[in-house]
Amino acid sequence: MADQATFADQAMPLMDGLYGAAMRMTRNPTDAEDLVQETYLRAYRGFGGFEPGTNLKAWLYRILTNTYINEYRKKKRRPDESDIDDVEDLYLYRRLGGLAGATAGRSAEEELFEQITDSNIKEALEALPEQFRMAVLLADVEGFAYKEIAEILDIPIGTVMSRLHRGRKGLQKQLYEFGRERNLVPDDAERP
Amino acid sequence: MAGSDCDDALTQLYEYLDGELTPDRRASIRTHLDDCVPCLEAHDFEDALLKLLADKCHDTVPDRLRAQIALAIEVESEAEAG
Repeated sequence: MADQATFADQAMPLMDGLYGAAMRMTRNPTDAEDLVQETYLRAYRGFGGFEPGTNLKAWLYRILTNTYINEYRKKKRRPDESDIDDVEDLYLYRRLGGLAGATAGRSAEEELFEQITDSNIKEALEALPEQFRMAVLLADVEGFAYKEIAEILDIPIGTVMSRLHRGRKGLQKQLYEFGRERNLVPDDAERP
Repeated sequence: MAGSDCDDALTQLYEYLDGELTPDRRASIRTHLDDCVPCLEAHDFEDALLKLLADKCHDTVPDRLRAQIALAIEVESEAEAG
């Protein structure tokens, strides 16, 4: 029987993060709530099997991810939107005039960063195809190491790195489009 | 930007930012960044972008849901004790 007090102490404080992750995964608030609740129930039921002193956060995210894959992924309410083959390294940096060293590039950068809201970032992340979205979510939003992500997603570390690289590039492409829409960044054709 | 040092640094930039390189590789890239302004600026930009993600992507669990989950666990606990 799980120790409820210990579980409350250790697992409940992680709920904001798990909820955020659930939102990015399901892209639907109702599903996200159900997913988080189910994750916590499963975690509680399995808490007796959790090795004290080991990585509780990774353990919880693994339950979240598995529950998502097994029960929510098939719902797929919106198609994946962005195409991220063909995105070069330093995609956004180059388009802000970075590598040319132009001083104009610096203010375009500042402008863009200032104008991007929480909503914009979340949308950009949610537009990524799922496997890339999960990698970026776990690494950049939740701060997991490559090895931890490999364990959570049950994939090799090399695959983690590849998905993370491509996911980050995809995100940059999204942010570039965002910048274009608001005329904060020059057109590709105008690039130095 | 020319030079294989730049290529090296930029190719491994993410691993560097993620703290996933061996100490030797890390030191090697650090040295290059200290000496190469364009690479350092690219590094700083990518770093800022990652921080953007880290800072702006958070949600707060609605109180209602938090209470609901706490209650569900309570119920579960009583059922187990039952």
